[in-house]
Amino acid sequence: MVAPAKKPYRVVGSRPVRPDGTDKVTGRANYGADIRLPGMLYGRVLRSPHAHARIVRIDAAKALALPGVKAVITQADFPAAEDAITDLGETASNLKWLVDNVLASDRALYHGHAVAALAATDPHVAEDALALIEVEYEELPPVLSVHEAMAEGAPRVHPNMHTVEMLARFSPGPRSEHDIPNAASHLRLEIGDLDQGFAEAEVVIEREYETGTAHQGYIEPHNGTALWNESGELTVWLSTQGPFMMRDQLARVLKLPVSKIRVIPMEIGGGFGGKIPVYMEPMAAVLSKKTGRPVKMIMQRDEVLFGTGPTSATYVRVKLGAKRDGTLTAAEAYLAYEAGAYPGSPVGAGGMCMFSPYSVPNQRADCYDVIVNKPKVSAYRAPGAPAGSFAMESTLDELAEQLDIDPLELRQRNAAVDGTRRIDGAAFQSIGNEAVMRAAAESPHWNSELQGENRGRGIAMGYWGNGGLESSAYATVNRDGTVGLVLGSVDIGGQRAALAMQIAETLGIDYEQVKPIVVDTDSIGFTAVTGGSRTTFATGWAVHEAGLEIRRELEARAARIWEVDASLVHYDDDGVIRGPEDRSFTFREIAGQLHRTGGTVQGKADVMPEGTGPAFACHIVDVEVDPDTAKVEVLRYTAIQDVGTAIHPDYVEGQIQGGAVQGIGMALTEEYVYDDQGRLRNASLLDYRMPTTLDVPQIDTILVEEPNPGHPYGVRGVGEVPIVPPLAAVANAIHQATGVRTRRLPASPRVLLEELLPEE
Amino acid sequence: MSSRIIISTEINGEPAEFLSDERDSLLEALRDRLGLMGTKEGCNNGNCGACAVLLDGRLVNACLVMAAEVEGSQVTTVEGLAEQDRLIPVQETFLERGALQCGICTPGFLVAAHALLQEHPRPTEEQVRYWLAGNLCRCTGYDKIITAVLDAAERADAPSG
Repeated sequence: MVAPAKKPYRVVGSRPVRPDGTDKVTGRANYGADIRLPGMLYGRVLRSPHAHARIVRIDAAKALALPGVKAVITQADFPAAEDAITDLGETASNLKWLVDNVLASDRALYHGHAVAALAATDPHVAEDALALIEVEYEELPPVLSVHEAMAEGAPRVHPNMHTVEMLARFSPGPRSEHDIPNAASHLRLEIGDLDQGFAEAEVVIEREYETGTAHQGYIEPHNGTALWNESGELTVWLSTQGPFMMRDQLARVLKLPVSKIRVIPMEIGGGFGGKIPVYMEPMAAVLSKKTGRPVKMIMQRDEVLFGTGPTSATYVRVKLGAKRDGTLTAAEAYLAYEAGAYPGSPVGAGGMCMFSPYSVPNQRADCYDVIVNKPKVSAYRAPGAPAGSFAMESTLDELAEQLDIDPLELRQRNAAVDGTRRIDGAAFQSIGNEAVMRAAAESPHWNSELQGENRGRGIAMGYWGNGGLESSAYATVNRDGTVGLVLGSVDIGGQRAALAMQIAETLGIDYEQVKPIVVDTDSIGFTAVTGGSRTTFATGWAVHEAGLEIRRELEARAARIWEVDASLVHYDDDGVIRGPEDRSFTFREIAGQLHRTGGTVQGKADVMPEGTGPAFACHIVDVEVDPDTAKVEVLRYTAIQDVGTAIHPDYVEGQIQGGAVQGIGMALTEEYVYDDQGRLRNASLLDYRMPTTLDVPQIDTILVEEPNPGHPYGVRGVGEVPIVPPLAAVANAIHQATGVRTRRLPASPRVLLEELLPEE
Repeated sequence: MSSRIIISTEINGEPAEFLSDERDSLLEALRDRLGLMGTKEGCNNGNCGACAVLLDGRLVNACLVMAAEVEGSQVTTVEGLAEQDRLIPVQETFLERGALQCGICTPGFLVAAHALLQEHPRPTEEQVRYWLAGNLCRCTGYDKIITAVLDAAERADAPSG
């Protein structure tokens, strides 16, 4: 443990231009889709038009007869997959299910499920050929909601699957004594004595909530280019949040040793958790093996929407007990999250996070992971937390109204502090929860008056635990006094800058002296995904340790040059190495002498740090609701968050602003629309409605800096928690504006208008 | 099967002649035939603006223009914005303001912002939001993009030294 005092840093806290910036504003940066290889073929995927169907027959003869078509594959072209658990980082998945999700075996389980793929010499030929693959389906009844799926006698999507009792969030246990149709697992989180908590309560309130399916909405479609050479070595170029995770999944799906696979991460155009699982990459690999040529595959936008993992649609019931002074005595939740066609919804995180901003002695959450005939969900920014928090924070708002207590005051009275136990039993240490609430109470926004008709103000808290996991980094001292910094973490939004800044701080050199580079899986040690709010924290630890090793090596080198004992030499934080008799080297000076005095110096580190600092956020929003159209306009928005130490404040603010706007989208406009046969009806960016510049105001941010004692510079993850509070904050604001409680999000005009119109 | 056609045009100030499939969109022609990879594909149906280019000075989505239509026209892509060895102000302010995170929408935003600033050198925030409403960004929430464009307008205004 380090105990970082808030100290005047030289580099940390400044706002330099990112190292990859010029390439990204001139169009030179190479993203996955920008790869072109000699002899390259273009792959495309044929997808199921049905939500649930038996695949009776696939006949590719006509497609193969089209000039330019080189190969067609189905799942039969993959090695047979046994049932095994494969670790996907933020969710867990069975290998058989993983392979079946890449390409359907005997049944298509959702509209858009891949059933075949092909490669051709030209993208237009590939598109034409898709229509020539004949597939005979036998349609089966789909289950399309958690209620349908869990009803007694419901058709089982996986006939042999039984409900499993989870021992903890990521530890499956034995079969449940209460088998529920299509419920893959049940997790109970509990502390205290719930019955006693409700017995002590003077007010009890119970409410139900639902949220729709939302997609991460990254602007860059999934892509992957594979070359399986004659020696059996597979190289894959793609946009991914986790090159090593991709390598491991490919190894399992294709039954190859990891040493035969090299994953080369290109620049990535957004992910938000969605660019971790394999989709087309194994298909591109097998098509390459079959044809002996590189195969490039890029998803069309509709394929991204119906073929990749969005986040769960959810049902959450909350029951709160409180004293008349607002003190919470009991909190209970029932959560059922859609997993899609295969298990793995983030329902456990929903139950884990929703009560965590508060000190409640008696808590219970029952979490169900529910199979439906929809795409298998994937991680999406603070996976699972927004829906649970929407339920909790809306109910708290209603409780505050009932008790006639200011909604922020109610939260402050119940705020979790250091030592407070979460629902999983762990006690908080060094959290900024109260500081965030205090900053909200003191903010210009909260203290301003909201004037005008049909307007309302809402507030909500959010919590997310943040991740640690493995990271590798090494750094080389160049003779011109610069440092080459080699990273396994892909840069999805300024990580090169945030990591270069940390090692510059450690070495006492300028940010501009550090040259970061992101490398492939053959060139550095295992590094987990850029996700889970972990990169600036965990890879930051790695670059700091690499920097410390360089400091030690340079001290030893200076001692050798000066012919003094190493204990008399000290590398100071200003980057100057000082020895006896006022001898000193600047970093540049000693760097210039290295090759004549024993060779270059490198520092390296492989870390898996504990000590992640949890994140708390409070969002305040003003809205105006058009009484005729029920369109909700967001007038003003302020996001307050404990960010630990803001390494690069612009990028911290950017994470908060982007997360808040994604949350606003979930609250107001974004939702998968299915017909009664389970066909997705809005698979385009026109009809799946993400916020545009005209839908949101500037997002004001207030950074609370409560340094995380588990990191040398006090970093705590910042990327995920900002998507948690917006749903309830917006719903609470709509209530104040209209008197209507929206218990189903998104609060689209169609839904809201029904509530607003007088009943006839 | 479709056939190939020869298209003569001017791209980023240079004459360009290339062989294209008659079904190619301008986006496909730029990327697959000419190797100009700066123009990005986000949706391929005009909803995201990642492929924004200037066609004879007008802001268009390259995915909605057929390659054959640009015969005899002038096309400006993101690769044509910078002047020799110097970024234009809106490219600089995007960097200085942290207006990009993943960067995939950035080329489209820059082209659209450039078109705006040609038309309205001193835009209001409302004008900026209106002109950029056809460009989706999923990372930033737009805040820093709006600021960067407004800053660029001021910078272009300032006397150069």
